[in-house]
Amino acid sequence: MMAMDEAVRQPGAAPVVLRLDRLRKEYRPGLPVLKDITLDFDKSGVTAIIGPSGTGKSTLIRCVNRLVDPTSGSIWFEGADIAQVRGSALRAVRRRIGMVFQEYNLVERLTVMENILTGRLGYVPLWRAYLRRFAEQDIARAFELLESVGLGADFANRRADKLSGGQRQRVGIARAIMQSPALVLADEPTSSLDPKTSVEIMELLADISAKQSIPVIVNIHNVELAKRYARRIVGMTGGNVVYDGKPDGLTAQHLSEIYGGEEWQ
Amino acid sequence: MTASAAPNAPSNMAAAAFPPNWPKRFAWAALTIYAVYAISVLDIDFERIVRGMDNARRLFARMFPPNLQADKLALIRDGMIESIQIAILATFVGVALSMPIGLAAARNLSPVGLAWAARGLIAILRSFHPVIVAILFVKAVGFGVLAGILALVVSTIGFVSKLFAEVVEEISAKQVEAVRATGAGFGHVLMFGVFPQVMARFVGLAVYQLDSNLRNSTMVGIVGGGGIGAPLFTAYQRFDYDVVLTILLIIIGIIMLMEVVSSRVRQIFQ
Repeated sequence: MMAMDEAVRQPGAAPVVLRLDRLRKEYRPGLPVLKDITLDFDKSGVTAIIGPSGTGKSTLIRCVNRLVDPTSGSIWFEGADIAQVRGSALRAVRRRIGMVFQEYNLVERLTVMENILTGRLGYVPLWRAYLRRFAEQDIARAFELLESVGLGADFANRRADKLSGGQRQRVGIARAIMQSPALVLADEPTSSLDPKTSVEIMELLADISAKQSIPVIVNIHNVELAKRYARRIVGMTGGNVVYDGKPDGLTAQHLSEIYGGEEWQ
Repeated sequence: MTASAAPNAPSNMAAAAFPPNWPKRFAWAALTIYAVYAISVLDIDFERIVRGMDNARRLFARMFPPNLQADKLALIRDGMIESIQIAILATFVGVALSMPIGLAAARNLSPVGLAWAARGLIAILRSFHPVIVAILFVKAVGFGVLAGILALVVSTIGFVSKLFAEVVEEISAKQVEAVRATGAGFGHVLMFGVFPQVMARFVGLAVYQLDSNLRNSTMVGIVGGGGIGAPLFTAYQRFDYDVVLTILLIIIGIIMLMEVVSSRVRQIFQ
């Protein structure tokens, strides 16, 4: 029934970056949105989580950096269970996990440069952040990232609210990578974008993931995009994982199981 | 499916599409009835208004021309400068205190207990008109600018921190969440996620309050809080209506000037 990617499971294979162990989330007691999810993520490439709306994909991803608190289960990341950490320990974990959002979530009234350097806030004392006295190499890296997400240095001083959706998402990605993360989470990064821009953004995520060897976990509605850019696909429905494997193993039958029905295919 | 557009449309379509809002109708009716009742009880009649107009005309006639004698102008100048100082100092201190109080009162950032405590404080500060507060401070610290400044600080905090709390409650949680997700601490989140969203409106509130403090600072003088209020009140009582006019014209001029300045300041912080 469940098509497991063997490489992930074998001990001694690619090191596991993130391990979810019986992760459960109930917003209301007795009504789990995530039903004891167990998944390992290794250090390579893009993993796409697909599934219908309201199936807990977003909750799953938000549990990882604890924007949502899980009800039970554990989240192993960099050698520790982070499912219950709080305060400065939680902030230290978040510094190591970049996040890309569906609606970009840039701070609209800050410039592109300020938004990208937001990725360094976890490392910079408050007064330095206030005076915008970021380290020289951080600023240099921000300019580099601006280049590598395809925007270029002349965007640095533009305000985020002057950008188009695609440009904003590029800044969002640069902000996440600016954290030098061990893992990037992307919550529906293309859902607010037109088809062409969606492809460009997925391409960029896959490209950065490969070049900087940062694993990316992406929630995505578009099955075609998921198959095209992900190395591994996790199919969820009703709070359970019903498919976990390579994109080319994903059949029409799997898709009916994930989304229900067949007429839409 | 039949060709008919709405096979199961209700019989009275207009009523179904725009259902009457009875509570709203009732509220308007009650307000109208009360207004009519209040007028009938309060002995407001047209004849008195006509007589009043006549008095007003005579008063205005006695105001012209405005008194421009050097000694009067010097007196007015000193009072005016004092009023402006009261307004600026009260705004500066009051706005500076309003920021933490407003943040504490914002229910989306602050713990419930603190938020309610801050809201309680704001409600108390807002309860009384600046003139009443000024009377209290004149009794407490004596005649002069200090009483006026303290009175206006109180009303500034009451107004600015209340509205600032509302502004903070309206911010986009998504932008804040993104900053939080980078591992930034609370202070960093405030600085990069919250303040950029609210600063322009905070400056707007502060400028508006400066404007309002300028007007109020002319009033606290009447009860001994320093500034132009005292000479204005004295001139009224001595029937020096030409001096009154001079003072009023200068106040109008300064308020208009303030209008220009405040719109410039708002543009800068857009």
